[in-house]
Amino acid sequence: MSVLSKIFDRGDQAGSRTMPFVILLMSVTVLASICNLLVPAESVFYVSTYTITLLGKYLCFAMLALAVDVVWGYCGILSLGHGAFFALGGYAMGMYLMRQIGDRGVYGNPDLPDFMVFLNWTELPWYWQGMDQFWFAMIMVALVPGLLAFVFGWLAFRSRVTGVYLSIITQALTYALLLAFFRNEMGFGGNNGLTDFKDILGFNLQDDSTRIFLFVTTAVILTLVMLLSQAIFKSRFGKVIIAIRDSEDRARFMGYRTERYKVWLFVYSAVIAAVAGALYVPQVGIINPGEFSPISSIEIVIWVAIGGRGTLVGAVIGALLVNYAKTRFTAVLPEVWLFALGALFVLVTLYLPKGLMGIVEQLKARSEKAKQKNFQELPS
Amino acid sequence: MRSSVFFIACFFCLVSSFSFATPVQNTQDLLTKLTKVKLKKVIPVLEQIEAEGGESMLPLFQNMLEGQLYYIKKNRELVAIKTIDGQKQHSQVFSGEVIESLPKKATKKVRVNNKIRRFLRDAISRIKLSSPDPESREKAILSLLSDLDQDTIKTIIQLKQTEDNESVIDIMNVAIAMDTLKNNSDAGQRLASIQILSDRLEVDVRNLLVKMEIEEQDQKVKSAITAALRLIEQRAANYQFVNKVFFGLSLGSVLLLAAIGLAITFGVMGVINMAHGEMIMLGAYTTYVVQLLMPNAIDYSLWVAIPMAFLVSGSMGVLIERLVIRHLHGRPLETLLATFGISLILQQLVRTVFSPLNRQVESPTWMSGSLDINPVLSLTLNRLYILAFAFLVFGLLLIILNKTSLGLNVRAVAQNRNMAKAMGVRTDRVDALTFGLGSGVAGMAGVALSQLTNVGPNLGQSYIIDSFMVVVFGGVGNLWGTLVAGFSLGLANKFIEPITGAVLASILVLVFIILFIQKRPKGLFPQKGRAAE
Repeated sequence: MSVLSKIFDRGDQAGSRTMPFVILLMSVTVLASICNLLVPAESVFYVSTYTITLLGKYLCFAMLALAVDVVWGYCGILSLGHGAFFALGGYAMGMYLMRQIGDRGVYGNPDLPDFMVFLNWTELPWYWQGMDQFWFAMIMVALVPGLLAFVFGWLAFRSRVTGVYLSIITQALTYALLLAFFRNEMGFGGNNGLTDFKDILGFNLQDDSTRIFLFVTTAVILTLVMLLSQAIFKSRFGKVIIAIRDSEDRARFMGYRTERYKVWLFVYSAVIAAVAGALYVPQVGIINPGEFSPISSIEIVIWVAIGGRGTLVGAVIGALLVNYAKTRFTAVLPEVWLFALGALFVLVTLYLPKGLMGIVEQLKARSEKAKQKNFQELPS
Repeated sequence: MRSSVFFIACFFCLVSSFSFATPVQNTQDLLTKLTKVKLKKVIPVLEQIEAEGGESMLPLFQNMLEGQLYYIKKNRELVAIKTIDGQKQHSQVFSGEVIESLPKKATKKVRVNNKIRRFLRDAISRIKLSSPDPESREKAILSLLSDLDQDTIKTIIQLKQTEDNESVIDIMNVAIAMDTLKNNSDAGQRLASIQILSDRLEVDVRNLLVKMEIEEQDQKVKSAITAALRLIEQRAANYQFVNKVFFGLSLGSVLLLAAIGLAITFGVMGVINMAHGEMIMLGAYTTYVVQLLMPNAIDYSLWVAIPMAFLVSGSMGVLIERLVIRHLHGRPLETLLATFGISLILQQLVRTVFSPLNRQVESPTWMSGSLDINPVLSLTLNRLYILAFAFLVFGLLLIILNKTSLGLNVRAVAQNRNMAKAMGVRTDRVDALTFGLGSGVAGMAGVALSQLTNVGPNLGQSYIIDSFMVVVFGGVGNLWGTLVAGFSLGLANKFIEPITGAVLASILVLVFIILFIQKRPKGLFPQKGRAAE
């Protein structure tokens, strides 16, 4: 079986709903882009650039949710620190964009970003070297979070840290990074983070066409990641991962080095999160330490839980829905949002353990039960 | 007759020492006289005033010495005029109360010359040094140490003859020794004075020694000063160390209080309660509400607040257990998410009810202030009380867990849930009670925290990660582990802090714990037995 046929295989397995969803996603993307670029602004069908940016942001969150789903849904590793990888990827992209400002900053220094001039720094720290090259920055986007995930995962999984312990130390990881990035001495802009970006690869970030380009890129990469993840979970590697989720001890006794599988999956997931962060920053225009906060990491988990974990599509749908609701709610009733989010956490875990994607199955199971009941009651 | 005069005099003394604003009639006449007499006759009047008013005349003399004493031409009433930032500020001489400014021409300065100034300076130190309370005498000399002049020393030597309080005599000797070191030409006497000074920790003594170390000509005396300074610095460093330990223990006690409830619920039920921080917050807000309800008895409010906080947070805990956690049995990760949702709801609830702003909880008078052990070391009372409170709570929990039937059941369920169930322990009831107990303890922690920081909706959040670290570090299901972990993390934090700064210190501690868990995944004191996997 070739890789292609594996991807298009519509077996009755996890991720079988991916293809229709991908087609839907791509058509919406193309349609929205056309409606923004070609339809006149007065028309009913016109899609504003604001909406495009918003959609792009949602898609980045969807990718982030996908990253969490890959480790939580398929391997049972509940990471409460995925925001850290997202933010690190974002910072790498932010550093590139910062260097692109050049001498157009407030202080007009061709080398140093404004905040460094403000702190009276005279030269660029070593870790900022080379970040003005796009290719180098992109390598860093994947390399730094990937390396962190590798070291962290290698230490944690080798010592067989599992369950809530693992969740808590991932949370401690992102909390430590939050504290670190708040410090001005770190050289990442401290409290304010990196912002005031001008252009990317020579294109102005404020232009409609750049925005559309970023949006389409995000959609395409999300699609690729979804297909790749689906292929992975249909491969031998993926089967072992699922076996580890269901019973790690059994998988280990059968001779699999489970910690290695887990580490590589963790690294893969961290890189997805980092790429999502790198795509997020140019569209939103800012990256600050707030992205490291434990709360935002835990919010990602609830997107996945609502969509349905272990389904890929569910994570994406969950992220899109919750974020759309968040945008709506916070605009109209900001106080209600936290109540609603809190209630979502409780209700979904209590009544929708498989998320929205599981509703269909739950209903099916219920109707079958009812049928059986009727059947049993008939003779009496 | 005689006794009645004495009585009245006593009464006046009391009045004059307690109400600075209204000096007695007799003194009032003298004060008016002060504005009338010629410059040469001022000193006799001042002598009379000193004899009459004693300690209460201190502000008058100080104002006069600094040339701030004026009188209102119309009624000859005295007034102090200070110049603060170029602005003239009028105030009452005795109470220091700021009054309405008067036009420049309405007032006239009470004149002083050098002779009067000298008299005033002496009088001030005399008044300060002859206070009936030995503690305030000691304080007076301590405050004089920074600028000793010949007259003060003379007064001190004079007063030393009649002094009978030992610690006051000690400090008098220090003052005399300081003077000797500075002014005596005999090297032997200077050496003797260094001997006295070398076991004092007062900043003034140290400053003088540092100064004299440079100025001293005699080589022998100079090396004696160097040795004395080294001794003093060594002792000061030791006390600094004690101080650091105290702050570390204080932080540790806060961590212990915050974490111990979590340790119980985590240990028994294996679930992480993300809403634990909000239980602390509820306890703190309970304190705030109790104080609102009894504004006239702030001193006693804590005794009401502690049980109230236990009840409020405890019943909230039981409610959460009954409504949510029970249904998620055996799914620890889902429990974590659901309780996180609860924490969001509780935070927003508090924000809606009490506003998102921080609330100030008042400290009872018996908790404010500090315990001054020596000039380098002073322990704040509220931290001391909280330390004691943490130990008290810890002891109570130990008793509950080890000596009561509830404790027996709790330990049984923690060790092997199924076996306990088979033996007839009602595990669901134990779960609810454990959760209530853990949450109630968190509520009491909130009362303690309200005495250290402002009470706000995010209060709990800032402690939740630290509490997790304590529990995980100490090992689950082991109260002693929590105790050791809480204090060692508190101490570690406070000892790294001066080297790296507060933020980096907490980052380092977090990194350390992350690495530690890799090495010992079950904490410092892992649970032993068959139940432990």
